[in-house]
Amino acid sequence: MTTVPPPIAMLAELTHRCPLSCPYCSNPIEMARQEAEMDTDTWARIFREAAALGVLQLHISGGEPASRRDLVQLVRAARRAGLYTNLITSGIGLTERRLRELDEAGLDHVQLSLQGTTPEMADEIGGYRGGYKRKMQVAEWIGDIGFPLTLNAVLHRRNMHQLPRALEMAQDMGARRIEVATVQFHGWALKNRDALMPTREQAQEATRIVTEARKTLKGTLVIDYVPADYHEDYPKRCMGGWGTSGLNVAPDGLVLPCHAAQSIPHLSFERVQDKPLADIWYHSTAFNAYRGTGWMAEPCRSCERKTVDFGGCRCQAMAILGDAGATDPVCSKSPHHGALQARANEHAAQVDAPLVHRMSPGTAKEPAE
Amino acid sequence: MLPEDIPALPRGVRLHFDKVRDKWVLLAPERAVTLDAIGHAILNEVDGTRSFGQITTALSEKYNAPADQIAEDSAGFLDALRDRRFLDVTS
Repeated sequence: MTTVPPPIAMLAELTHRCPLSCPYCSNPIEMARQEAEMDTDTWARIFREAAALGVLQLHISGGEPASRRDLVQLVRAARRAGLYTNLITSGIGLTERRLRELDEAGLDHVQLSLQGTTPEMADEIGGYRGGYKRKMQVAEWIGDIGFPLTLNAVLHRRNMHQLPRALEMAQDMGARRIEVATVQFHGWALKNRDALMPTREQAQEATRIVTEARKTLKGTLVIDYVPADYHEDYPKRCMGGWGTSGLNVAPDGLVLPCHAAQSIPHLSFERVQDKPLADIWYHSTAFNAYRGTGWMAEPCRSCERKTVDFGGCRCQAMAILGDAGATDPVCSKSPHHGALQARANEHAAQVDAPLVHRMSPGTAKEPAE
Repeated sequence: MLPEDIPALPRGVRLHFDKVRDKWVLLAPERAVTLDAIGHAILNEVDGTRSFGQITTALSEKYNAPADQIAEDSAGFLDALRDRRFLDVTS
């Protein structure tokens, strides 16, 4: 094994609470309750440990991070630690006054999620009436203050036709970047594959629109694109390689190699309350489990792309094949690739499938898959 | 990039010395760009008031290098940053 590099980015999931209930929420099915959330001082210590470990970029997320009453203090602590501080939010829970406080605290950048380009679509997907209107108001305040903005448009079968409008909205809001992210099927999204899986034609059309827009909007709007991976031939370079560039800290202090890692049942995770972050990054079994290429079997082991995509997503191999060490079935070299594509087409054909919105932490059990 | 253009780092893009890796980086939304000595030298001159021409003249004197070579290298570097929205340019 070669030397392990220090991480560049950390995702801090301050809370799993959220006013929205998007059916593709990336939070785990078993969410941390409010009582289990770490306090301000503990988070501030983690930010300092992260900076000392080599983290440059901090993504403050959730749930909805604005649901934390100490958000401004946490941003201040992150900047004091020397981290580039990015707030990932739906906008719900942010007032103009709070945004000005965040500005004063040194917040570097805001990433605003977009569930749809019309109130009807956005409020249905987010499960929150009035959410779209509120978000547009928040976007205006963000522009007035002058925060650098990235719009994060999450796409799936129901709203993929709104992509051209999302690109216009990003420009109207003065965003420098847009993330065009097709839903990745982990966590709650796994329960919604029938309702959300794009058709192959939709996925191709989105790729065409993005390719075209990257040319016409060059120097105006930067587009990051996450394609519909069930319809692709090569897997995503998940997390830039397991335990290579990023880590997640969950609301209760569990340190995870990615936000879905808890779906791999044989891994156990350590807490920042018990061990230094650096120890967990370099020495824990979970972070070393799929690091590098030593864990790979065929067809990955002899593949020339093994350091390009690192065999794809471990959580996806787990979810679909029941084996986190297998080649991501998205890959055309996987023996399960054909079956996955057929399954994707079946999911995409379920035109009347209902949305299963996520539940709040600690409420009744979710319906069976 | 023309000699009279004025480059500036927009809000949300800043130079940062990475103590852990012992390198200068340019921090921007969702990105950290590692800078070599030349990239750092160029960005150090970018202050939002001086023109590209003034910057390349200053660099050529400081490093005792041909001005046209410096201008060509710097323009390529800064244009790439502009395309990524890491640099604003006014003229």
